[in-house]
Parts: sequence; C-alpha cells; structure tokens
Amino acid sequence: MDLLGLFGYLTFFLSMAAIYAVLALGLNLQWGYTGQLNIGVAAFFAVGAYTAAIATTAPSANHLGGFALPFVAGLVLAMLIAGILALVVGLITLRLRTDYLAIATIGIAEIVRLVLKNEAWLTNGVRGIPSIPRPFAGGSGIADNIAYLGVIVAITALVYLGMQRLFASPWSRVLRGIRTNEDAVTAAGKNVLRFRVEAFVIGSMIMGLGGALYAHFSGFISPGAFDPMFATFVVWVMLIAGGSGNNRGAILGALVIWAVWTLSETLAGALPGDLGSRAPALRIFLIGLLLEIILVTRPQGILPERPPRAIDRSADEQR
Amino acid sequence: MLEIAQLLIYGLVLGSIIALGAIGVSLIFGILRFAHFAHGDLMTLGAYFALAGIAGMGLPQLAAFALALIATAAVSVGIDRALYARLRRSQPIILLISSVGVALMVRSVIQMVWGPDNQIYSSGIQMPWIVGGLRIKPQWLLIVGGAAALMVLLHAFLQHTRLGKAMRAMADNPDLARVSGINTERVVIWTWLIAGVLAAAAGFFIGLDTRLNPIMGWKLLLPIFAAAILGGIGRPYGAIAGALVIGIAQEMSTLVIEPAYKPAVAFAIMIAMLVWRPTGLFGNRTG
Repeated sequence: MDLLGLFGYLTFFLSMAAIYAVLALGLNLQWGYTGQLNIGVAAFFAVGAYTAAIATTAPSANHLGGFALPFVAGLVLAMLIAGILALVVGLITLRLRTDYLAIATIGIAEIVRLVLKNEAWLTNGVRGIPSIPRPFAGGSGIADNIAYLGVIVAITALVYLGMQRLFASPWSRVLRGIRTNEDAVTAAGKNVLRFRVEAFVIGSMIMGLGGALYAHFSGFISPGAFDPMFATFVVWVMLIAGGSGNNRGAILGALVIWAVWTLSETLAGALPGDLGSRAPALRIFLIGLLLEIILVTRPQGILPERPPRAIDRSADEQR
Repeated sequence: MLEIAQLLIYGLVLGSIIALGAIGVSLIFGILRFAHFAHGDLMTLGAYFALAGIAGMGLPQLAAFALALIATAAVSVGIDRALYARLRRSQPIILLISSVGVALMVRSVIQMVWGPDNQIYSSGIQMPWIVGGLRIKPQWLLIVGGAAALMVLLHAFLQHTRLGKAMRAMADNPDLARVSGINTERVVIWTWLIAGVLAAAAGFFIGLDTRLNPIMGWKLLLPIFAAAILGGIGRPYGAIAGALVIGIAQEMSTLVIEPAYKPAVAFAIMIAMLVWRPTGLFGNRTG
C-alpha cells in the first residue's frame, strides 16, 4: 500500500472509530452510569441516520423530503427525533425491571427495522437513501475525508467533555445511586423515574447524533446497514471492554475493538477461497468470545470506573 | 368465518412452537433468575443438528429428531458449564449480556458449518389436506401433537419426580431450597437439559413447517419472551397459555395489519402486559 492509500485508510479508520466512540459514550450514560440495559442501540442509531439523511438530501421523489437543510440542522433534528422516540419508549418501559427493559428495546429495534424496510414513502425501503451530502465537501476526495474527520473528532470531543461534566455532577450521582441501590434513592426523595427517563433520552440522543455522523460519512444508508443485533452488540463490547462507567474507557474501547475488528477483516481476507467466504461469521464469533473472556476475567474493563473527584460545594447547592 | 378458522390453525401451530421455547426461557428464569437471550439460537442449533442427521447421515426423521434433542441438550449444558457457571456470582444482568454474546456465537458457528442460505429437511411439495374447506398440512399434526406430548412429559416430570419437585422448590425460593438439602447445581444442570431438549424440538418443528436458516430462532425470541412474560415469567405452565395467545394473536393480526408487522403484535401485547399486569395472566406474586 502506498503512503497516500495508507493515509486514506487511516482517515477511514479514525472516522469510524470516532463515530463508534459517540455511540459508546451514549450507551455509557445509560448502562455505565444508570445501569439501563439498552439492547436497541441500533434503533436510535438508525433513526438518527435516517433523520439526518432525510433532512439534508436534495428533494427526492423516492422518500420523504429531502429538505436540503444545512448539516448542523440535520444533526439537531437527528438528536431530537431519537430523543422523542426514547422519551416515548422510556416513559412506558423505564418503570419496569431492567431485564424487561432489555427485551423491550429489542422489540423497538425490530419495529424500527421493519418500518425502515417497509415504509418506502418515508425511507425508500430496501433501496436506501443515496447522495447524503457532507459538510466542507467540494475539494478532492481525500481532502474532503480529512475535513470531515475533523468535524467528527470535534463533535466526539464535545460529547466527551459534556459527558465528563455530567459525570462530576450531582445529577449523575443520583444515576449511580439508582444503579447501586434504587430504594435508597427513592427514600432520599428523588423521583427515580424522572432521572431514568432523562438518562435514557440523553443517551439515545447521543446515539442519534452518532447515526447522523455516520449517514454523512457513508453518504448512503439502507436498512441493510443496520443489522440490529450486530450494530448494537459491537457497541456493547466496546463499552464493556473499555470500561463501563468510564468515558475515557468508552472511547478507548471503541478504538481498540474497532481496530481488532478491522484487523480481523484484513486477516480474514488472506484466508483461502472457501474459508474466506465463511470469515464474516468467524469474526463475529471471535468478537463474541472476546466479550465472554472480558466478562469472566476482567468485568470492569481496561479502564475501570473511578468515582469523580470531590465535587465543589457550590455545584452541590444548586440542586 | 373460514378464514378465521384457518388463521386459528396457523396460530395453534405457531403457538405450539413458541410454547416449547417459552417454557425453557421461563424455567431458566425461574431457576437462574436471568433472561436467556441465546434461547432462539439454541432452537436454530437444534434444527440444524436434525438437518445434519437427515441430510448428512441419512437417518430417518425420527432418529434425526432424537439426535438433535440429545446434541442440543449437551450443548446447552456445555455452555452453562463453560461460561454461565463462572458468572453465577455476578449480577443476573451480566449473565444476560453474556447470553447475548452466546446468541451471536452460536449463530456464527451455524453460519460457518452450514452456510447462510435457506435449507429444508426434505424436498418435494407435500399437498395439504382439505378438511371442510380448511387447509391442513400433515406435519402440523406432528408439530402440535409432538409439542403437546413433550408438555405432558414435562408436567409428569415436574409433578411426580423428586428432581421435578426440587426444581419447583428452587424456583419458588432458592435459599430455602438450598438449606433444605437440595443439590442446586444438579437442578441447574437438569434445567439446561430440559431447556435444550425443548428448544431443539421447537427448532426441528420450525424446520418441518417451513425451512431452516441461521436466524430462524432469533426471529422468534421476541414472541417467546412475550409468551413467557404473559404467562408470568418463571412459570412454565403460564408460558404455554401465553404462547398460544401470542401465536394466535400474531396470525389473527394479519386480518387488520400488514403481515410484515406481525412481530410487532407480540411486542405490543408484551408491553401492555408489562405495564398493566407484570406478574402475568395468572400471577399474583410480585414479579
């Protein structure tokens, strides 16, 4: 591979890793902070991606819109729609025990997938939505890619800073309280349901943002891109490997697992003929095995959760 | 009217298959207190073991069916010994996440060994019988009858054997069961054996009715959990009733909504149930 090709590949690698980092950060708020088991990450990711695509593409007869809105408007709308979906789902299901929530989110992911596939007026069905524009496009291919990588990394950094700020806040202390001992938090007079819904909605909005970033990155989306199980599962492995409850862990996990994943693709490509055709399944098997090994040997992940530094009193008194 | 009766028959067949999965999920939840997300893929594995017997070794269907039951039960116990047993001290939620990983691993093994395409047990079209204007495929009798026979066997086991009673005792109160001298690990192994056998039977029946593919069981996971919850999770008898309700409701729904959205029906029933009556149709215990 020549230098330019390597550079291009690196840009692709980092862009995807940063998008996965956004998803892992969103999941960290739900699972790491609050202990909510969302197995429907793909649903919020897909809703964000489709919202951004419909909002920013040029008008088309094949699907709703497009509305040719600017990039930032697409991001905001993606977060908004993902947030509304999460609010509806959350208000119904967050009263339930967390294993019931897990089953419910699988249902949501399945229904979102069915809608994307069957409601062609909205999404163009299985044919998908092409030519999703990118911001700062117009230069050569590689310059465009690097400019967009800059955008993704900047947004990922913003999400990270926001999550760190939240982690040190009294608000997320309540979330961690709910995770460890819900009854105690109720006894302390907190409205547990409200905190749960807030965490679920904000986490899902971040996932929607990740979906929007992905839509602009790939330029084309279709229901096939959102295999609900795999998209969700890989984000889970990233968060658990990196360290649930630790934002740096979530980002590190996204980088490491995405590196393992792409590396395994390269290795699988080198397999001879018939074996090569079975390689995708083998790669999923190995990622599953990796998760089990982590769960058994190091459930806290690479970077374990650390309680935030002492909170200054002024912030404490605001609640 | 005829159309409704026909849908009722479809629903009964689907309900029988769902019931076999839902009983397993319910038993595992009762004994081990976690939602086993790999159950659908265990069903798929059973279906493919039977395929290996029929197409690979040329066994008659009944022998292949028996082989599938034994092999799947062995895998089911093996997964527990190799993995879940190590996580028994963690929170149940960690076991749930782990079972999601197992689901994907089992499915990838199936794809690696048997490939991703649709397969069938025997080629050639079986003509359905026409009874009073209703279409009935011969294998449906086998499916409903087989499922009913397995349920009767399970009932006899739970009610009349020491082990079955121990199992019910452990589902009611694990600590009490342990102090009264029940060998809880033995009960756990038997739970996985039974769940594996029932899952394999369900998978075989799906293959008999339609065709095999690597996601056939996964697609039924939602209805299975819906049925288990409807019956009050942890209660195998409730799961049977829940499964029939879900199966018939899914088929009947095609009268009013597009068939593509059938899976959403199970979901809607499940959510309604969880919100209004989380202990299940016949439940009075707290969930």
